[in-house]
Amino acid sequence: MSGAGGKRWLCAAVMAALALQWCAVRWDFNRYYLGVAVDAGINVILAVSLNLINGHTGQFSLGHAGFMAVGGYTAAKLTLVLGGGCPSWAQPALFLGGLLCGGMLAALVGLAVGLPTLRLRGDYLAIVTLGFGEIIRVVFQNSEFFGAATGLTGIPNWTHLGWTCGFAALTVYAILSVVDSTYGRGFPAVRDNEVAAAASGINPVRYKVSAFVVGAFFAGVAGGLYAHHKTVLNPTGFDFLKSIDIVVMVILGGMGRTAGVVAAAVLLTLLPELLRGFAEYRMILYALLIILLMLLRPQGLFNFGPSTRA
Amino acid sequence: MTEFAQQLLNGLALGSIYALIALGYTMVYGVLRFINFAHSDVLMLGAFAAFYLAAATPHMAAATPLLHAGMVVLGAALICAVLGALIERLAYRPLRDRPRITVLITAIGVSLLIEYTCQHPAVFGAATRSFPQLFPQHNLTLGGLTLSSNDLAVLGITALLLALLWFVVQKTKLGVAMRAVAFNPQAASLMGVDVGRIISVTFALGSALAAVAGIAYALRAPGIEPLMGVQPGIKAFIAAVLGGIGNLPGAVLGGLLLGLIETFAGGLKQLSNYRDAIAFALLIIILILRPAGLLGREQPEKV
Repeated sequence: MSGAGGKRWLCAAVMAALALQWCAVRWDFNRYYLGVAVDAGINVILAVSLNLINGHTGQFSLGHAGFMAVGGYTAAKLTLVLGGGCPSWAQPALFLGGLLCGGMLAALVGLAVGLPTLRLRGDYLAIVTLGFGEIIRVVFQNSEFFGAATGLTGIPNWTHLGWTCGFAALTVYAILSVVDSTYGRGFPAVRDNEVAAAASGINPVRYKVSAFVVGAFFAGVAGGLYAHHKTVLNPTGFDFLKSIDIVVMVILGGMGRTAGVVAAAVLLTLLPELLRGFAEYRMILYALLIILLMLLRPQGLFNFGPSTRA
Repeated sequence: MTEFAQQLLNGLALGSIYALIALGYTMVYGVLRFINFAHSDVLMLGAFAAFYLAAATPHMAAATPLLHAGMVVLGAALICAVLGALIERLAYRPLRDRPRITVLITAIGVSLLIEYTCQHPAVFGAATRSFPQLFPQHNLTLGGLTLSSNDLAVLGITALLLALLWFVVQKTKLGVAMRAVAFNPQAASLMGVDVGRIISVTFALGSALAAVAGIAYALRAPGIEPLMGVQPGIKAFIAAVLGGIGNLPGAVLGGLLLGLIETFAGGLKQLSNYRDAIAFALLIIILILRPAGLLGREQPEKV
């Protein structure tokens, strides 16, 4: 994607998101559908950002929910503390600030998680990221400041379609720009062959750590959006299973295929809603889907290009 | 001092359960190089198998309790051995030559499938059930120490199983074949080892150990439910990595270490809420210092 065309595309997407929001308010769209659409947008951000780490850079992170938790709790706490005396015209600014702070803090945690990649790879890395995710959850669960096991409640409901789609577009744009830049060619190089990349003057550690930092930032923003969408935050919502959900979206879409991952994120948000009638069998079907997918189409449902090493 | 000894004993009992589970992870990793996430669910199935076996034979429990306990444990181990081999045959064998990440995700899928299926009301249901006391309960007091007969039985059974496993792996033809497959599957198959069969046997052995561990865990826990395997499963996995995954003595060492650390940390008031986090923090520190685990050998990267 060339720079100018990309910017135009991004502007169009953000405008479309805002227009959609305006329509939603103007004609009073069904709240349930709006909620599902916001969920889909948040999942797109999560999946696309994880795709940078797992897909483009070839690392295996199982701790994305942890980054999301950091961003969500930070943003929610900020708006809860500062939101009371905040005039309504300043609310969007406060919300944006909270989201960015959450993203920033998540990026910092991402740096801490990314550093062990200096020495670990494959399964070991997967388990360390899983461990970091669980540690983050346990810390939130035990900290009185963040409401301990009950979590945070009464978070203002500020996330609407405009915010979510805007940030989803921004995430897709940012990740695509990073990966398609001259600098970004290093990510697939590290994935395909670390030794060869290092021999060509690419510093694998730098690429791996920056993938974690950038991925964590957007996961943190997604966490903030999630917090202000659900209005309740609970540490159990950010457990290992949440991370698995995001990993499945990336795999379903095809590792390193942004368009496919976006489609998979939307599909996997809609699927449970469509299966609501079979609530008892819903999760069983979900598990079966993962297994069948791996048996029949391990490169991802929406991956039609030449095979990349996953 | 007595409190220290008491905690030591509790830690060893918990640690030996972790060690039994960790052996299954490490054996499978040795031959197939992937983390069998479904192992924690085999453990849960073992506990449930024992639950139903015990419920089906009330007369025997009254007449000969020890024999009954032995039969229940053996039965559950046998059922799980078959299940473990079956999981391998259906889910993992078709993926033998695929990238490891594919197999890993499949393993997570299998684990979720077992958990959600068992939670369905028509199978076990999500509610917690109380587990029968298989062994007659006695508390021995020894100079201020309280030894529960359950803990002693767990320690004894673990020691016995470890000795048995060591014998099988080191002294029998099957063990030689297992080690050969772990060392180099291609070369092993050229030497006439039936690699597929060895992998099945490895799964069966690991699953049988998991079933025993599941029963031991259920005896200490308030009850059994379909998600009971998740926590001990993750802990045992940490133990396996801690000791150096693929390394059998390492798994035992890691399990005992983790059990002790968890028990001692749980004994301190300030730390008791962070028990689970401590296990992971320890894992991360050890992996950063020694990426191949405590007893694992680091493999140089080949170009």
